[in-house]
Amino acid sequence: MTIENEINNKLKMKKYSYKEKKDTRSGFGEGLFELGNKNSKIVALCSDLTGSLKMDKFQKQFPERFYQTGIAEANMMGIAAGLTIGGKIPFTGTFANFSTGRVYDQIRQSIAYSNKNVKICASHAGITLGEDGATHQMLEDFGMMKMLPNMTVISPCDFNQTKAATIAIADYKGPVYLRFGRPKVPNFTSEDQEFIIGKADILNEGKDISVFATGHMVWQALEAGKILFEKGIRAEIINIHTIKPLDVDTILGSIKKTGCGITAEEHQINGGMGESIAQLLTKYCAKPLEMIGIKDVFGESGKPDELMVKYGLDAENIVKAAQKVISRK
Amino acid sequence: MSEIDELKQVATQVRRDILRMIYDAKSGHPGGALGCADIFTALYFKILKHDPGGFSMDGFGEDLFFLSNGHLSAAWYSVLARSGYFPVKELSTFRKLNTRLQGHPATEEGLPGVRVASGSLGQGLSVALGAALSKKLNNDNHLVYCLMGDGEQQEGQIWEAAMFGAGREVDNIIGIIDYNGQQIDGPCCEVMPLGDLHAKWKAFGWSVLEMNGNDMEDIVKIIPKAIEKTGQKKPVVIIMNTDMGYGVDFMMGTHEWHGKPPNEEQFNKAISNFEETLGDY
Repeated sequence: MTIENEINNKLKMKKYSYKEKKDTRSGFGEGLFELGNKNSKIVALCSDLTGSLKMDKFQKQFPERFYQTGIAEANMMGIAAGLTIGGKIPFTGTFANFSTGRVYDQIRQSIAYSNKNVKICASHAGITLGEDGATHQMLEDFGMMKMLPNMTVISPCDFNQTKAATIAIADYKGPVYLRFGRPKVPNFTSEDQEFIIGKADILNEGKDISVFATGHMVWQALEAGKILFEKGIRAEIINIHTIKPLDVDTILGSIKKTGCGITAEEHQINGGMGESIAQLLTKYCAKPLEMIGIKDVFGESGKPDELMVKYGLDAENIVKAAQKVISRK
Repeated sequence: MSEIDELKQVATQVRRDILRMIYDAKSGHPGGALGCADIFTALYFKILKHDPGGFSMDGFGEDLFFLSNGHLSAAWYSVLARSGYFPVKELSTFRKLNTRLQGHPATEEGLPGVRVASGSLGQGLSVALGAALSKKLNNDNHLVYCLMGDGEQQEGQIWEAAMFGAGREVDNIIGIIDYNGQQIDGPCCEVMPLGDLHAKWKAFGWSVLEMNGNDMEDIVKIIPKAIEKTGQKKPVVIIMNTDMGYGVDFMMGTHEWHGKPPNEEQFNKAISNFEETLGDY
């Protein structure tokens, strides 16, 4: 047996499975409700999307700590900033486009620059919002949020992780952008996980290529890993649930081992997670990198799965990109 | 000396501070700051129940003040320093490198007295409403004040906040609108007519009062009336008539001095209007 075969055998692929598909926004709703029970400082605000954000359980149980602002997101962000004065921990909830682009200046001045302990919770992010189309498909939020000093940016991959992240950010003092989505997706991470802000999860070890994925793309990366395994390529699959601050050690450690990488995100390539990782690699460890994301276009109406395929946000495209980037090593 | 006279003396020194700070920095916004020197003085030296020496971000058990039109920073910094939030001599650092006295108010450098950044207009009332809600949750029956500009009333967020304040019966807040009728590009009535502000705020469900913001007697008469109106399931707003540049004849009645520092000759002429009542920094 050659040394290479020996290493390959040691790198057995971990198999991830799931009992059911669940939406990440429901993970947020569950997490918020649990927080409400254990911490009276938690308050929540929503601008007319309580059901969509799954905040209704919190609203019903803690009406005195829930603020319906109506369709007035700018005001909601300001009120959230004000609520921190007096020690409250506000969670705002609306769609990702209304959580960022619509209120960028309010977040910038009243929350980020003022370093207020506001948790901006954004649902229906990305192209998987689906049928409502491009007006509602926010694909630029990582960029806008990561550029703001003081801001932490989090993008969990499934229901369980979104719930864990929601609970974890309450204990972190400072502004946080928490991004999640609309469709039901495989719920494969553990129910009792500990969510550590800024610590990437290595889901599968590999030696040939590093795949850095975030949000809904993490499952696609795992699926791609299976296909690559059959082709004899050992992919290291890493869940980058924290876009900012990036887990520099894990990312560089992996890329030094594998010699090339792919980034995969449901976001514009311009300004996305891939861009942050490319910046890191350029500075410390320049290796070939392929970026999977939206290529400077707006989305469109369609079913989430169809859109993922059309825009190249699927396992098959990750496999293609992997083969391409390995050939560049 | 009567209390009113004492307050007038402070306001005179505040106007000196404003002119000296802006002249020294060669930048700043003298017009609105001079126009609001009286309300700032009345708030910080008579009205607010506050603890200048023990500033805390949360402000439990204190009245809170928010400046939404942050370009009035020179006036605010002067009363903060003069009432004891930080050393008066620090006023000399206004708008200079490494200062806590940023061009527009900020929390980043930790200046006592400032609880949120402001400057980009229209945001302060929302923040003040949030702080007022926080006080209610904490069973803290102190009040929240928020000063806004008149040109700022053109921002949509103001009216989002107005609707929320009345709709949610936030009755522990007093908004004050500096109605000097001028903004950067000219008179408000030309740049974008504000219409009947009194009727608009009333229609939004607020208790509305009016006062002369350059008459100390009127200020100390009307604000207690506004305070009496709190706690009645309606937010309160005062439309405060002022003159931009009040106290300096050539700066009054025009928008020209919104954001322009005086030259040496203009400074000397302007400062001669104000006696050094408390001692310059």
